[in-house]
Amino acid sequence: MSFSTAPDWTSAEHETGTTIMAVEYDGGVVIGADSRTTTGAYIANRVTDKLTKITDKIYCCRSGSAADTQAVADIVSYHLNFQKMDMGEEPKVKIAANIFRELCYNNRDNLSAGIIVGGWDKTEGGQVYAIPLGGMLTRMPFTTGGSGSTYIYGYVDANFKTGMTKEECLKFVANGVGLAISRDGSSGGVVRLAAINKDGVERFVLTGNQVPTFYEDY
Amino acid sequence: MSSIGTGYDLSASQFSPDGRVFQVEYALKAVENSGTAVGIRGKDGVVFGVEKLVTSKLYEAGANKRLFNIDRHIGIATAGLMADSRAVVEIAREEASNYRYNYGLPIPLKNLTDRVSGYVHAHTLYSSVRPFGVSMILGSHTVEEGPQMYLIDPSGVSWGYHGCATGKAKQAAKTEIEKLKMKDMPIADLVKEVAKIIYIVHDEVKDKNFELELSWVGEVTGGKHELVPKNVYVEAEKFAKEALEESDDSDEEDL
Repeated sequence: MSFSTAPDWTSAEHETGTTIMAVEYDGGVVIGADSRTTTGAYIANRVTDKLTKITDKIYCCRSGSAADTQAVADIVSYHLNFQKMDMGEEPKVKIAANIFRELCYNNRDNLSAGIIVGGWDKTEGGQVYAIPLGGMLTRMPFTTGGSGSTYIYGYVDANFKTGMTKEECLKFVANGVGLAISRDGSSGGVVRLAAINKDGVERFVLTGNQVPTFYEDY
Repeated sequence: MSSIGTGYDLSASQFSPDGRVFQVEYALKAVENSGTAVGIRGKDGVVFGVEKLVTSKLYEAGANKRLFNIDRHIGIATAGLMADSRAVVEIAREEASNYRYNYGLPIPLKNLTDRVSGYVHAHTLYSSVRPFGVSMILGSHTVEEGPQMYLIDPSGVSWGYHGCATGKAKQAAKTEIEKLKMKDMPIADLVKEVAKIIYIVHDEVKDKNFELELSWVGEVTGGKHELVPKNVYVEAEKFAKEALEESDDSDEEDL
């Protein structure tokens, strides 16, 4: 029992109480996230980059404990760089996802990490893998994660269509993250987007009035 | 053998003054005493054939096979010391299994070859071990990579091949393989050619009894390495024997 008079956010863990999203399209993937990192109620960082590079063409979206997810992403990055040297070619997205799963599953009692892996490889093209809290691994045509995702299930289920173009996917993800930001107190800041395909990664940031709005428009 | 008595052949970790490692060369001799093993990579898979010399009639039929499964999609044909073969095969299986465990995918053959050949090579570097008296042909077929085939020597070097042979009659076998246009051939046809080659290169004067072993991996097996089915085996063996008889007949005509 502590009787400290300091505010609780001084001792609370940094969390990316987040909204993250990823969608496969023909030839690549689009991933997106908000940019809020909180320590309790305090916004520790309002321009966080939750789209984290693993290899040149594999990224992950991080949600949960900032420390845990950064550590896991660093370990996976190390393994894949090693594998790249060993094999002499770009690692497969499936392999990245499996290493994430292995770490998240084996340490499921000590980790707070919900991760989405998105990337492109020459054998299977654009791929999205979801690794939620317990360490399950599933490939999905699209997926969402983080506290904000609960607010946009209706939106994504109603608006996802197979065979969307890169531009349609970017719009879909921007709208999803925008809607989640407006409802979820733990999500906010800017919308970060990235499109990954055979040519590499294109990154986008939607700041201030560029963040999509809906009924609030008057 | 001129090297006897020079004293440079006592350890795998010592060079001779002219830059040779005799222990490795002795290991190659061990391979040359073994029955021939052949591997051919066709357009839709890989076929293995082994001339397994049977030194005693007291053995069960099919004992001491020299064709091994490493993983679902990988097979190995060996030539050389049987016990050494099994030891290296065990290592290959562990490597394949570890890769699957760590990455959730079947190991690419290039990767397995690199790992196994690294292990074989390590046994040419230390005085406390002897090199493996084994030369092995590794083959696989996957949707991504298609058919693949590599050969590993006792020295630890490995090369990729379209057709290769090792063991007693490797020269004769290679000459036969070179006559084939294997790149355009399906393994359903190659299996007969492999059987024929094993029958042609078998020396029935020096080595009386042998068993033909045939296995394949490719589209027809659904990417799985396995011994060829009975009917395919019987047909291939029949083809081989007939081809041999024909050539014997023509030999007699020449006389």
